[in-house]
Amino acid sequence: MTDYADSGPATPPTAPAGLVSGALRMGDYWLTVLARTWKGGVITTFVTPFFYVLALGVLLGGFVEADPATLEGADSYLAFVAPGMVAAHAMTIAFSEMTYPVYGMVKWQRIYFSMIASPLTASHIVLAQLGFLMLRTLFACGVFLLVLAPFGVFGTWWGLLMAWLVQGLVVLAFGTPVLLFSLSIKGEESFALIFRLGMIPLTLFSGTFFPVANLGPVLEKVAMASPLWQGVNLTRMLALGEIDWALAAVHVGYLGLLAGVCWWLAVRKLDERLVS
Amino acid sequence: MISARGLRKSFGDFEAVRGIDVSVRPGVAFGFLGPNGAGKSSTMRMICCVSPPSGGELRVFGMDPAKDGPKIKARLGVCPQEDTLDVELNVYDNLFVYGRYFGLPRAEVKGRIEELLDFVQLTDKAKAKVDDLSGGMKRRLTIARSLINRPEILVLDEPTTGLDPQARHVIWDRLFRLKQAGVTLLLTTHYMDEAEQLCDELVVMDQGRIVAHGTPLGLIQQHSTREVAELRFGVGEHEALAAKVEDLAERVEVLPDRLLLYSDDGEAVIEAVHSRDLSPVATLVRRSSLEDVFLHLTGRTLVD
Amino acid sequence: MALFTAAVSATVARPLRGGEAARLLLWRNILVYRRAWLVFITGFLEPVFYLFSIGIGVGAMVVGFEYAGKPVDYREFVAPGMIAASAMNGSLLDATFNFFFKLKYNKLYDQMLATPLRTVDIAVGEILWNQLRSGIYVTAFLLIMVAMDLVHSWWALLVVPAALLIGSAFGAVGMALTTYMTSWQDFEKVTLAMMPMFLFSATFFPVTAYPEWLRWIVEVTPLYRGVVLCRELTLGVPSWGSLVSVVYLLAFGAVGLVVVRRRLDSLLLT
Repeated sequence: MTDYADSGPATPPTAPAGLVSGALRMGDYWLTVLARTWKGGVITTFVTPFFYVLALGVLLGGFVEADPATLEGADSYLAFVAPGMVAAHAMTIAFSEMTYPVYGMVKWQRIYFSMIASPLTASHIVLAQLGFLMLRTLFACGVFLLVLAPFGVFGTWWGLLMAWLVQGLVVLAFGTPVLLFSLSIKGEESFALIFRLGMIPLTLFSGTFFPVANLGPVLEKVAMASPLWQGVNLTRMLALGEIDWALAAVHVGYLGLLAGVCWWLAVRKLDERLVS
Repeated sequence: MISARGLRKSFGDFEAVRGIDVSVRPGVAFGFLGPNGAGKSSTMRMICCVSPPSGGELRVFGMDPAKDGPKIKARLGVCPQEDTLDVELNVYDNLFVYGRYFGLPRAEVKGRIEELLDFVQLTDKAKAKVDDLSGGMKRRLTIARSLINRPEILVLDEPTTGLDPQARHVIWDRLFRLKQAGVTLLLTTHYMDEAEQLCDELVVMDQGRIVAHGTPLGLIQQHSTREVAELRFGVGEHEALAAKVEDLAERVEVLPDRLLLYSDDGEAVIEAVHSRDLSPVATLVRRSSLEDVFLHLTGRTLVD
Repeated sequence: MALFTAAVSATVARPLRGGEAARLLLWRNILVYRRAWLVFITGFLEPVFYLFSIGIGVGAMVVGFEYAGKPVDYREFVAPGMIAASAMNGSLLDATFNFFFKLKYNKLYDQMLATPLRTVDIAVGEILWNQLRSGIYVTAFLLIMVAMDLVHSWWALLVVPAALLIGSAFGAVGMALTTYMTSWQDFEKVTLAMMPMFLFSATFFPVTAYPEWLRWIVEVTPLYRGVVLCRELTLGVPSWGSLVSVVYLLAFGAVGLVVVRRRLDSLLLT
């Protein structure tokens, strides 16, 4: 039976020096969680998007006329669909990671409460969580892009690289509002609604599978306002190598603003829920 | 170490803590005793810097929780009422990630984990999933976790609620050793036996206020007699019979299922009751406890 | 004391008959959903979204499409695929996630078996509820198809019972598989099965897009049979393919039901 306070060096525990150093203290938490749960998400993370590309991009694509005029500059339906699917995949990861897991950390297992009992604050917690989300997404989308590359759907290597990096922004643009949502709701029934009325229509109508021009003049404008269209169009431009820099700037600005505002609100909401 | 003056906490219209004054010296085991809803947990949460006070003054380690929350938390250990353990991780992982939140280097955290698991006797469960542990083991794990940063004050909110008697004794033993090692303990409870056994000093809380303060023995001596005679009659008869036995004791309390007669000599009271041709169904003589103190001060029992 | 003695002789509880028990379970599910009506209504939307997105949005770019030797509008081709797919999806989700939750965490069925209900009543009751809901969704979808002028034959009316058959079959098999699962991680396998079926069972493109050797493998998968059945009915060209599908689905469901009953017996009554 050892006594309470002896054996080994004793570093005095301290409050974190800054935002990043505090967030880094959570690194081991996220790495450990990943190590214990990665097997459960392998299929949806890696296999699903690939199947979609195969079924719709390749097999259905065989029936779609390969006219760059109707396909926004892409040589084939596959080249049109692939970048859209990458952005949609980033969005899907944001939704799946920021809904039930976050709710569980607030309501069921109350993990956030264990974090706040330490010197960490809501800002550290959110930074660490979103940082981890970004890393995961970049990894998953990176694998996806590498698998697609041999099919000859990308214009330039640097366009491909930028298309990849942009997914970090896309996932934050969706991750932060969904995080805010999950921290604010009272019951998990609401999740079914944002999946059915949010994620699914966004996936289907934001220029992922067909150009938004096919929706008609009015609905086209509506679709363009969606954050996923901004992400899809940006990714597609970079992947195909046909970049309208002014429009790209608009896309980046839109996504960045959305991510920034929701991030700030999410930190405040988490603080409100943990400290009352 | 901790000092509060006129401390208040409200949730909207509801006042959970209505102005309390508390002072905790280093090295003591300090208890907050009271029924559910007395304001004990709210007070603990304010001390742990996870709930901003609505009024009054609070200082922990001489610092203000509103300004120096993280610095204070670095030196506190918290064992909350509801286990906030991560069921996706095993026992070892739970301790590891928590230790890292305090900025401790990895090697050091690993060293402490072994030490702590030994202290709470969970060494053979290091790789077990949290879900597979019993309630008592989970609570021991939570205590081990709260010690990972070698805190100067350990705050425990209802540490043995819901546990079987054996588990409770194991935990009391561990807390006692911690006290001997010089850790200041701050605990809330609604179990009088826990308060009597563990605490050097305690306050009794009811409805947001402190109604008594002192050592367990001192409180009993001050607010109650040395012994209590319990009499049980038939259902519904206690109220009426109270008048008949009033003069036999210093004080009589009427409960729904018994009469309590407070006196320094319980046996004598029982004899006198029998000599008056009253036949209680059952009698019992026991020493006064903190439950009696609470009953006297508030007219209610600790456990509803 | 009258509290305890009076009521005993008034009515005597008796074991429920089969139909009654299933109806009770159905009623319980309806009660639960009455409060979550918004969730109920939105459940219908997914196949509609796919119809508009892939059927019309992508359909605008698909040229020269043929089915069974005749040229056909792409949207008319996709719509029945969506009916079959949503019948499968709806049933499987209930038969897996919800069923697992009720079995493991809610202890709902333990509760029910303490009463005169039997395990087969539970299985049938759950399936009935799924199909009632599915039937409502399919009928609504069919009405949309009619409104969009995608239906030209009276055979299409049979697509409603066809969808119910598909749903019941998948529901029974889904529940059977769920009884073998032990943790939420196992559900990845459900997705692993469902998602390729959804994409590759000639829902979005004809089975002729596959090379010969792959084609017959697809033809023996359950969702493909469901898609063929629905498509032949809505397009008005029923053939042996439909008959084979009906027999296949009936057998598929029957096997599932037998397994569910055995498994529930061993899980809940030991």
